[in-house]
Amino acid sequence: MIKVTDLHKSFGDLEVLKGINAEVQEKEVVCVIGPSGSGKSTFLRCINRLEDITSGEVVIDGESLTDPKLNINKLRSQVGMVFQHFNLFPHKTVRENITLGPIKVKDMNQEEANKLATQLLEKVGLSDKADVYPASLSGGQKQRVAIARALAMSPKVMLFDEPTSALDPELVGDVLEVMKDLAKEGMTMIVVTHEMGFAREMGDRVIFMDEGKIMEEGTPSEIFDNPQNPRTQTFLSKVL
Amino acid sequence: MFDGLIDLINSPHWGNTLPFIRRGLALTLYITFVGVFFGFIIGALAGFARLSKNKIIYGVATVYIELIRGTPILVQALFLYFAISQSFGINFQAVTAGIIAIAVNAGAYIAEIVRGGVESIDKGQKEAGRSIGLSSSQTMRYIIWPQAFKRMIPPLGNQFIISLKDTSIFAIISVGEVTFLLRQYVSSTAVTFEPYVMLSLAYLVITIPAMLILRAIERRLDV
Ligand SMILES: Nc1ncnc2c1ncn2[C@@H]1O[C@H](COP(=O)(O)OP(=O)(O)OP(=O)(O)O)[C@@H](O)[C@H]1O
Ligand SMILES: [Mg+2]
Repeated sequence: MIKVTDLHKSFGDLEVLKGINAEVQEKEVVCVIGPSGSGKSTFLRCINRLEDITSGEVVIDGESLTDPKLNINKLRSQVGMVFQHFNLFPHKTVRENITLGPIKVKDMNQEEANKLATQLLEKVGLSDKADVYPASLSGGQKQRVAIARALAMSPKVMLFDEPTSALDPELVGDVLEVMKDLAKEGMTMIVVTHEMGFAREMGDRVIFMDEGKIMEEGTPSEIFDNPQNPRTQTFLSKVL
Repeated sequence: MFDGLIDLINSPHWGNTLPFIRRGLALTLYITFVGVFFGFIIGALAGFARLSKNKIIYGVATVYIELIRGTPILVQALFLYFAISQSFGINFQAVTAGIIAIAVNAGAYIAEIVRGGVESIDKGQKEAGRSIGLSSSQTMRYIIWPQAFKRMIPPLGNQFIISLKDTSIFAIISVGEVTFLLRQYVSSTAVTFEPYVMLSLAYLVITIPAMLILRAIERRLDV
C-alpha cells in the first residue's frame, strides 16, 4: 500500500530524515514512536507531501510522490491527515468543516455531503454538534471532528501525528476509542504517538525512530517486551 | 470680551460656510471612497505579490510599497499632477489626480495590511486545507482569506480614515474638496476663525462616527 525507499529530507543544512525504508500493508496499523526531534512528524508529512522530498521515493497505491506528473491534490485527498493541534477551520461550523473537502474536491452536492457529515459525526459521537463552531468544542471533540473531516474524503490511509498529545488526559480516551474503531474497520493507519498503550494494543507493527532513522521495528511485543537496540531500550525505559 | 463672544456666536459665517462644507465634503467623500476602493484592489494585488515566491513579482511590489511609504502623499500628488502630466502630456482632471493619488498611496499601506493579515493565519490552516486535497488557490479562497479578511477590517477602517484626511492636501492642486473650498472662503472674506472651526468639524463629523463604528466592529469580531 505504502512503500518508502531511502527517503531523505533536509531543511537547509539540517538533515532530518537519513534514509528511511518502510512498508505499510493495506489494513495495517503502524505506530511510530521515538524521542522528540527524531523526525517522526517530518516522516509523516513527507507521506502526503506537506514537505517536499529531498531524495528517495514514496509510493502510495502504485503512485510515486516524486512523479512530476502526479496530481498532488488528488493524492492528498486520498491520504487523511490528523494533526496534533486539530487545525479545524474556525470560521466554519463543524458540518462545514466536514463537507468542504467533499464539495470542493470531489464535487459532491451539498445534500449528499450533509448526509455524509451526519453519518461521520454519529460515528465519532458528536451528532449534536453539527451546527456549532469549533471554538465551542473541547479538545477531544475538536480532534474527533478533525478525524471526521479527514474520513469524509474516504482516504485510503490515515496519518495521525500525535493526535492526543495536546489533549487533557481525561479527553484522550474518547479520541483513542474512535481510532480503535477505525483500526477495527480495517483502515490503513500510520500513527505517531506517545500513547504506548495504544501502540501495544492496536499496532500491528511498531517503528522506533531516532535521529532521522528507523532504529528498530517489529510487533508491539517484540518492541515493548524485548527491544534489541540499546536506543530503543533507553527510550522505552524513560516513557514506560 | 463677553460682547466679543456673543458676536462670535451670532456670526453669519457659521451659516454662510455650510453650503461650501456640504459641497466640499461630498467631493472629499467621493474621492476617498473611490480612491480607497481602487486602493484595495491595488493593495490586494501588491499584498499577494509580497507573499509570492517569484522574486520579480515580490521585488516589484516591494519597490512600489517602499517608494510610496517613504514619501509624503503631498509630494506624490504634486508628482502625479504636475511632473507626470507635464512630462508625458497626460492631462488629468484635478479630481482624477486626487483619486489616483489616494488609490496609489492607500494601495501601498493596504498591501501591507493584506500581507500581514494573510501571514497572521496559522500555518496549520493551510496544511489542513491542502491535506484534504484543496488546491493552493482553493485553500486561499475558502480557508485563509475569510479568516485573514476579518482581521484586516480594523486596519482597513483606519486606512480609510487616514485617506479621508489625506484628501485635504489636494487643496494644493485645486481639487474642490472641503479644505480647498473653505480656504477659498477664507481668502474671499478675510474671516479665518469660523471657517476653520467648521472645516475641522466637517472632518470630525465623519471620522469620529467612523472610529466608533470601527471599534464596535472590532469588539464584535473579537480580533
Ligand atoms: N520546517 C522546518 N524547518 C527547519 N527545521 C525543521 C522543520 N520542521 C522540522 N524541523 C526540524 O527537524 C527535526 C525533526 O522534527 P520533527 O518535527 O519531524 O520531529 P518529531 O520526531 O516529530 O518531534 P516531536 O516528538 O517533538 O514532535 C527537528 O530538529 C526540527 O527542529
Ligand atoms: Mg512531531
